Amino acid sequence: MNIINILEEIEKVDGEVYERLNPRRAAMKSFYGFGSKVALAALPMALGSMFKKAYGQTTTSVIDVLNFALTLEYIEYNFYQTGINTAGLIPAGTPAVAAIANIRDHELAHVNLLKGAITASGGTPVSYTAASFDFTAKGNFPTVFSDYPTFLAVAQVFEDTGVRAYKGQAGNLMSSPSVLQTALQIHSVEARHAAHIRQMRKAPAGGGLTNLKPWITGANDSGVAAAAASYAGEDNVTQLDINIPGLGFSVNASTEAFDEPLTMPQVLSIASLFIK
Amino acid sequence: MKSLQGEKEILLQESGILTAKLQRRSFLQYAGAGVAGVALIAAGCKKDKSTPGLDTGVDLGSGDPGILNYAYALEQLEGAFYDAVVKSPYTGIPANELALLTDIRDHELAHREFFKKALGTGAIVSLTVDFSSINFADRASVLNTAKAFEDLGVSAYNGAGKLLKTAKYLEVAGKIVSVEARHAALIRDLISNGTFADSTAVDANGLDGARTPIQVLTIAKTYIKTAINASNLPTS
Repeated sequence: MNIINILEEIEKVDGEVYERLNPRRAAMKSFYGFGSKVALAALPMALGSMFKKAYGQTTTSVIDVLNFALTLEYIEYNFYQTGINTAGLIPAGTPAVAAIANIRDHELAHVNLLKGAITASGGTPVSYTAASFDFTAKGNFPTVFSDYPTFLAVAQVFEDTGVRAYKGQAGNLMSSPSVLQTALQIHSVEARHAAHIRQMRKAPAGGGLTNLKPWITGANDSGVAAAAASYAGEDNVTQLDINIPGLGFSVNASTEAFDEPLTMPQVLSIASLFIK
Repeated sequence: MKSLQGEKEILLQESGILTAKLQRRSFLQYAGAGVAGVALIAAGCKKDKSTPGLDTGVDLGSGDPGILNYAYALEQLEGAFYDAVVKSPYTGIPANELALLTDIRDHELAHREFFKKALGTGAIVSLTVDFSSINFADRASVLNTAKAFEDLGVSAYNGAGKLLKTAKYLEVAGKIVSVEARHAALIRDLISNGTFADSTAVDANGLDGARTPIQVLTIAKTYIKTAINASNLPTS
């Protein structure tokens, strides 16, 4: 949810952001070169210098936007970190321990990416702790850190929502090919997470939801009524005006074969439930 | 430079499946007439790039239709593979694994038929596959091939997204790639639980793979008997 959110938010205060970030401008030359793995490690610096050069003196609003995106990444990272730190929550001695740590590490990598970008832009990254967030989502999940199946249910909703959030912003990144590719590379990682969390929920300790699949079936297959907003529209069966069941496939297969996007306002509405 | 760039965009937008090649060539001649054209070509409009082994045969085409045909080719490969798996499951396959692989088969066939329909008369022919290197009776052989196909598919869509010029095509590619990533994660977990996003799939920055069409097709052609010409695909 980082890079695309940044640009999306900047666009709200500066409609010409994509013009400013145009590849023909000298400021973008180094940024566009970060295709190699070595250069990818320097992405935070590249992002920071891109914004700095695109805007001259970095404005307060840009830093605010970067920090807003960082806040969202912090939500996910702290969710998993708190889960790991809560004794007895994740069944000790099971593969779940390594799986959650792996996902936590990826979220932390995204947090660090943004922190670096903000610092390089001359700003000060926000610094949140787990106490800044309400992972019960205003009381919807009161046992999120005491009941393992609930913890996994919230994790699944985070991951599926993350996939949808990135997907919804891809079109806005078309003018910045390298940023688009990086966003897509994060997007598919979120989907890998979602698939695994869904498998974890099928195990007896995870809730025993044996009918749950690694892919999304229909509108809200999470078994969590409060998560309906995160799955709104996933039952769509029409792609580019082509009716997929009409090609000879079941409705379930037709919804599973295509993940759907969420708009920015939809994502913000969901995220706001988790911020105190 | 700016006007040339604008000219290029207009030309690309106007390009249809049948006329794309001609207009592009006209543009390059025009662009090449000036100094700015040299910079533009250097920036990635170069067309005469050598693609050994992928420069003759079924022409995927150029522009967005070319990328859609490229995706269609990959979905044909995946669809044929899972169809063979489900029709002749490996020895001792548990019912839940067969159900999951049947789901994946259905998804890949839905992707395949979707692309065929979307491309209409511009769709490439049905490709002939070569699965002689796969032992369909052996679980490890099947799942390791599936893992290779799914990771390859994810990296293919991740690398091709930026080559699309039309937002609605990018969106639909995005809708498919996350499903491929879900497949990849499951197949990896079936082989070894917990490998859904390990360091062989996701790098230290938390990023999944991305490959160019040439990189992908060079890997995939081991399994495709039909010769493919990818030399007209966009590279930037």
